[in-house]
Formats: sequence, structure tokens, C-alpha cells
Amino acid sequence: METKVETPQEVLEAVIIRFVGDSGDGMQLTGTQFSDTSAMFGNDVATFPNYPAEIRAPQGSLYGVSGYQVHIGSVEISTPGDEVDLLVAMNPAGLKTNLHSVKPGHTIIVDTDSFSKKNLEKALYEANPLEDNSLENYRVIEVAMTSLTKETLKDVQGLDNKAITRSKNMFALGMVYWMYHRSTEHTIEFFQKKFKTKPELIEANTKVLNAGYYFAETLELIPNSYTISPAKMEAGTYRIIMGNTATAWGFLAAAEKSGMELFLGSYPITPASDILHELVKHKHFGVKTLQAEDEIAGITSAIGASFAGDLALTTTSGPGLALKGEALGLAMMIELPLVVVNVQRGGPSTGLPTKTEQSDLLQAMYGRNGESPVIVIAASTPANCFNYAYEAAKLTLEHMTPVLLLSDGYIASGSAPWKIQSVDEMPEIKNMRLKKFKENYHPYERDKDSLARFWAVPGTPGLEHRVGGLEKDKVTGNVSYMPENHEYMTRIRAEKVKRVQNYIPDQETEFADSGDLLVVGWGGTYGSLHSAVKHLNEEGFTNIGFAHFHHLNPLPKNTDALLKRFKKIVVCELNTGQFIKVLASNFSGHEFLQFNKIQGLPFANNELKEKFKQILS
Amino acid sequence: MEAAVKEYTYKDFASDQEVRWCPGCDDYVILRSVQKALPEIGVNKENIVFISGIGCSSRFPYYMETYGMHGIHGRATAIASGVKLANPTLSVWVITGDGDSLAIGGNHFIHVLRRNLDLNIILFNNEIYGLTKGQFSPTSLVGQKTKSSPYGNTQPPFSAGELALGAQARFFARIGGNTPKEMTEIFIASEKYKGTALVEVLQNCPIFNDGCFTKYTDKAVREDRQLFVEHGKPMIFGKERDKGLILNGLKLEVVTIGENGVEESDILIHNAKEQDPTLHQMLVRMEYPMVTGIIRGFEDVTFEEREEALTAQVKANSAFRKTNDLFFSGDIYEIT
Repeated sequence: METKVETPQEVLEAVIIRFVGDSGDGMQLTGTQFSDTSAMFGNDVATFPNYPAEIRAPQGSLYGVSGYQVHIGSVEISTPGDEVDLLVAMNPAGLKTNLHSVKPGHTIIVDTDSFSKKNLEKALYEANPLEDNSLENYRVIEVAMTSLTKETLKDVQGLDNKAITRSKNMFALGMVYWMYHRSTEHTIEFFQKKFKTKPELIEANTKVLNAGYYFAETLELIPNSYTISPAKMEAGTYRIIMGNTATAWGFLAAAEKSGMELFLGSYPITPASDILHELVKHKHFGVKTLQAEDEIAGITSAIGASFAGDLALTTTSGPGLALKGEALGLAMMIELPLVVVNVQRGGPSTGLPTKTEQSDLLQAMYGRNGESPVIVIAASTPANCFNYAYEAAKLTLEHMTPVLLLSDGYIASGSAPWKIQSVDEMPEIKNMRLKKFKENYHPYERDKDSLARFWAVPGTPGLEHRVGGLEKDKVTGNVSYMPENHEYMTRIRAEKVKRVQNYIPDQETEFADSGDLLVVGWGGTYGSLHSAVKHLNEEGFTNIGFAHFHHLNPLPKNTDALLKRFKKIVVCELNTGQFIKVLASNFSGHEFLQFNKIQGLPFANNELKEKFKQILS
Repeated sequence: MEAAVKEYTYKDFASDQEVRWCPGCDDYVILRSVQKALPEIGVNKENIVFISGIGCSSRFPYYMETYGMHGIHGRATAIASGVKLANPTLSVWVITGDGDSLAIGGNHFIHVLRRNLDLNIILFNNEIYGLTKGQFSPTSLVGQKTKSSPYGNTQPPFSAGELALGAQARFFARIGGNTPKEMTEIFIASEKYKGTALVEVLQNCPIFNDGCFTKYTDKAVREDRQLFVEHGKPMIFGKERDKGLILNGLKLEVVTIGENGVEESDILIHNAKEQDPTLHQMLVRMEYPMVTGIIRGFEDVTFEEREEALTAQVKANSAFRKTNDLFFSGDIYEIT
């Protein structure tokens, strides 16, 4: 579409936009379209959906508000951002619950048609905020979107009233596209694919999108439009990927690379279910999935599949990990490969299912009966969920012990550009399989370096053997109650996990290699911590380093040496302090400080910067 | 992968581990019957897997010279499901008890039957917890005095067969723990049957619940108290082969051939392959006679057959062969 731009253009480095409305208003779709279009334009992008736990909460209610935040830039974007530059509020409830996030002086677009007496009451407004000057600190653009949408579609045949009203989100999107100089082309192509069999919906959505675009262009209420140039990103082929999808794809890649078949045993749980939804689609790659009767059957079926020779995994979230504890102990005891993905959410108990938290680390490390060490690693961005899923598969197959992969709601549901990695570029994956008969095979014979045991699977003649949860003789694998044998086996299971240190990379630091303060994080807080330290670095605080851990058990070999190079260490976590306990119990002589947030929300940039400055002063 | 089937005797299936059940336990009978059945099923031993849960019976895999896993309490059916889905060519056997499968593993038990994977489940029912030394189980009788019910059990029992049929079991057999010949035949039939085959063994625990099935299984009364059903044959029992079952209204009734004008041709013919489980349910519920043999053996599509067919269909309709086909499909874009 040719665009004539007469209003002044302002060039911005980055902008944060949030679309909010009723959970049935299509805000997730609107946000996704905006972020995809921006990514294809070449911006760096990070997004985060924020939706209620209720599927269809009562219309217009405060707790039924669904939102989608998009952060785009010509600079590196590492988080979906905190305060927003533009809020698009499709109803009063959306305005009320999100107003506090809008930067003062910045823009709010509202659908005035939705500010009815009834909706104002549902949003617990005593007076109409559009009329009582309560928004005077913001630039409010009032648009009767619902009526304009109806007007636009009055001549389109075959649409009922509901379908017409539902497309008003595209009017909002059209306006925002104009404001930020985005092409509507990608979204129109999207309509053509999505509504292939419903031409009237293609026509309607395209018309409304264009109407919004032209309305914004001609509307004098919007004083200027903005340009955000493409970001300088590594050359390559990209796609926008959600963390959970990246996790699923990492396992697909690992299965292909290792030449093994992938098995997922899983029970639906928010926010991990999308990994199941993704993998179940890929039967064409031979992926086997079992939606089990419960969390325990999810993991135990995976253990069975692993015993039979598949690359097996199970996926879960918070309370599900607790249910899987006993079976994870079995997998550790019989020393089989198994990946457990735990997409952390707000706890304890049912907690905050749709919110993010990092409060399962200690459960992951220690939450089993007896001494049951497993490898624990964590992904830190939506895109690197791919790499850590791949690595989880590699480690479990090469070391013959379960791997617990931690993700969290923030990165699992967030999306970002992913420079597509072909399987050909990925590291080799070995496994401990014995393909043929071997004289005197004993199930607990080990590789002398890694201590991984050799793996014989059913179907291999002459290697018939039994494994089980009872303690086993260190060589023959027969049941053994011998005191010395139990101590030996307990220690060797721990040593095997410890020796993974010899196979993982050293911990790296960013911004400073030594100095006054080391900011330490792990998991999904990478983006927030990275951008806070980066900003301080740009402000002249070159004495702050940043170490973000992905390998949590075992810790990288150089961890102690790295910590020693800084005077103070602040461990930042979305819990009351778990990784700090792990560090403090492993490494003495360091001054560990902690910064924590337990609100179901990510760290905000400002709170981190203030904290770090305060520590330094 | 199928090599020519090897010739075996029961000894080929005995591992080098010393069997450690109590003297006189029916578990020995079951072990030997399984070892005698396996040479008859036409499967090489490297393709046989035994999976158990926890309990006395669950030590079973250690005594078998096949692949095996001693799992965790109640979960053997779920572990076995994973084994079978990963490699449908394997012959997979689940070893479980009344506590393991009907209490802690009750959920997996009903779901595995509903799905109908091609598994063999041997349920050692002794109406007691043995390994934990004598508490009542979900099949213990009301009033039964045990360590955890010193004044008598107040929890009404499950009937394994009724529960199984309610969960859509397509194959259910019951056999006394002291009839190894019939037991071996049932195990062979259960392996040949495609689908989840559940065999309940009425297993005497000589230590904690001795004699719990004697009134049905004792040699002296067996023929009069048990009806051993066979598909296609009239349901006749008794030392004199003169008792049989007829349908009287909505109930099964025991009649004597030659009395009240009843002739042998009036006796019901057993149809194990009938899809409608109504009559099978009635047989399962009978206490006199206690019905043994293959009560139900209805042939149905297995879960893995459904999965395999669906996978083949998806593969045929998909352009994706390698992950790169997926990764580089759809909305991708170039940064230069």
C-alpha cells in the first residue's frame, strides 16, 4: 500500500505497545500480527501475552482483561518491556487495569463505543474516565471503533452482528500500523490463509484493517507518526518463535540428530501444555505422544519408552513436578535417559498458573526421596529454549541420567526472533546404546570417563537384564542390600552428575570480567537483567559484570574463580532466594547479596538499576 | 528385526536369581506357569519384557531371563504402556497385585484397559497386602481382620473383574492359583490375544491370608464350586458335570441337568467374543459357582494400531520429512 505521510515523523529506537481488551476481543491475535509484521520489517522484537486463567471471564469484568505486549526496536530488544508508550484499550476494564503501566504523557487509544454505562460499572468506574479529566496526563485518542467497524462492513454479505463486532480489533491494528509505518501486507496474507474457506471473512477483516489504517492517516487527533528502523541483527533466516514451541523443536532436532524416535508422555497443565500441543502435530517425524491419565503416568510412560530405546521426555509445571518426583527418582536409580521439562509458574500449590516465577529450583535440585541427583539446566530466552532442549536431550543420552530442564511462563509464552538453526549445524549427539551382543554384559558397567552406564534395550539378543528401584550391585545390577555397595552406588550416582562439568562450557560474564559488582541470574530473567546491566554500563558503570547461569547442576567448573573476581555479588531471582542458597552452599568466602521479586511478574528495568546503584553506593 | 523363533524350554526363562517368596506361596506356581507358557508363544526372549510395580508379586521380573523392570508402586501399567508404544513388536507383560493395581495404581489400571494396548497383565490377587506385612487391600472382604483392621475391615471390596469390565476391558480371565495347567493355557491365550489381556489369579498368601480362596480352589471342592468356562462350550460344572447355567429373566441361575426337565441343550453356551459385556459382567459377579477361565475375549482395535494408522496417514499427507522442512516453513524472513 502506498502511504502518503503528511504528519511529522519521529524516529524512535524502540517502542512498547500493549493491546488490551476482553478475553474474547482477539488481543492475542492483534499483538501477534503487530509483532510478526515488525519482525519481518527487520525490528528486534519481544512479546508477552497476559491473559486471565478463566477461559471466558464475564464480559467487561476487570479479571477478564486479556493483554498482549509488544516491544520492538532498531536496537537490541531483550524483554517485552515494562511501561508502555502506547496502550490500546478496547474497553473500560482494560483501561482501568493497565493505565498504571502507561508512561505519563504517552498515548492511549480507546474504543469510545465500549465506554457504556454498563461497561463502566463492570469496570468499577464511578465516572467515565474519558470525561472526568482523570486522563489529563496522557494523550488520549478517542475513536468510536465499534461503530466505524459496523459502518465499514455494512455492505459485506454473509456476516452476522457478532462477526462484525469481533473484527473491531483489526480496526485498532490498522490504526497502529499507520502510526508506526507498518505495512498491512503480512496481516492480509494471514487472513487469506486463515479464512481460506470463508471469503467473506477475508473481505471483512481486510476492509476493517484498511479502514483503521486510513482513519488514522486522516485523523488529526494523531499528531505524528513514528519510524523504527530495522535493527542490526546477525544476518540469517529468522522466524518469530514462542518459547514453548522452541522447546518442542529443540527435541525434534535432537531426535533427528541422534537418529532416535521421540516419545512424550504428558498430562495437560498450564503453561507447559503448548509443548504437548506442538509435538503432537509432528507425527510425520515419527513423534509419539501419549496424553496420559495423570502426571505420574506422563513420566512413567516416558520411563518405559526410554527403557525400550526412545528419546523420552515428559513436560509439566509446578505441582506436576511434585507428582513426578518418585518416578524421577526411579529414572535416576535405573540410570536411563529422560528429560523432564518444568515450565515454572507462580506457586505454591496451584498458585498463580498463568504467572511467572522461579520458585521450583530447589525442588528440581533436591525434591526427591533419598539422594537423587539429576542434571538441572535452564533456558533463558524464548529462542534459546531450542538450544537448551537440545542440550537436555544430548546430556541425558550421553550421561545416562535424567535431565531436568527449567523454563518458565515468561519465556515459554513470550516470543522473539529466532535465527533458525539447521540440524546440520547442531553438535553431535552420542548415546550409550549397545547395538549388538557383548560378552558378559552387566547393566551397571560404566564408561570410565563419564561414568555413564552402557544401555541395552529390549530386542537386543543376549543382553536381557533387569533394572529396578531397589539398590543394585555396582556391576551385575542384581538386587543388593550390601552396606558398602549402597554407599558406593550413592556416591557414584552423584559423581556421574558432577562429572558433567567436564562436558559443559565455562560460565561466561558480560560487560565486565571483574569489578565491584557481579549481577547473577538464571533462567527466564536473562532479558531483564541483561538490559538493566547494559543500561548501567552505558551510563558509565563499567564496574558491573553479569553472569547468567544455564547449567545449575552441576555448576560450571569456573564458577568459584569467576565469583572471586568481584567484590560483591547480587543474585537476582523471582523467588525468595533459591539459587543463592545453591551458590552459598557450594562456594564460601563471597559476599552474596540478593534481590528478589515474588509478584508473578518479571523484574522491571528501573527496580533492577536502582538496586544495583544502591549496592554500589 | 524378527529372527527365526528359537526353541525354548521353561528353564531358558529362569534367571540366575534365587526366588525369595515364602514357602507355599502361589507366586511360585504363577512363575512356573509363565515360564512354561513362554516357549509356546513364538517370541524370542530378547523381545519379551516384564514390568512390575511394588509388592510381593512385583519381584517377578528379577526371576525371569528376559528384559525387565521392577518399577514403582502402582505404575507398572503406565511404564509398560511406554515400552509398548516405543516398540510395538515387543511382548510386554505387566506383573501386579491387588494393592498395586487396584489401590495406588487404580487410575493407570482403568486407563490402560480403556486404551486397549496389546499388553498382558497378570494380577496376583491375594486380598491382602503381603510385602508391608498384612494390611487389608481393596479386595479384602468387609469384616476381614488384618493388621490395619483389627476389629474388621469396613471398606467394601472391589471385584477386579467388575472394575475391569467397567473400564472397557476386552479380555478378562480368572484362574485359581493352584491350577498351573489351565493357568499356562490362559497365559498363552492372553499373549495370542491382541489387546490388553487381564488375567486375575486367585493367589493364596499362606502367611497373611491363608485359605482366602479355599472354598473355591481346594481340590476337594473345586469342581463343584468352580465353573471353568471355554468359548463355544456349554457352561457346565460339577464333579458329575451335571450343573449348568441358564438365564432366568435378568439373572443367571444354576440348574441341574436332568432335574425339572432341564436338558444339556438348555445350558448357556459361553461366548467370550461377544462385544456386549452384560453376560460377562454377570459371570464375573457370580460367587457360586466362581467362574474361571477366559470370561471375556472380544477382539477390538488396539491403541497402537490406531496410533500407527494415524501416523501413517499424517506422514502420507505431510510434506515435512526433516526438521528443516518445518523450521524453514511458514512465516520466515531474511535479515541481511
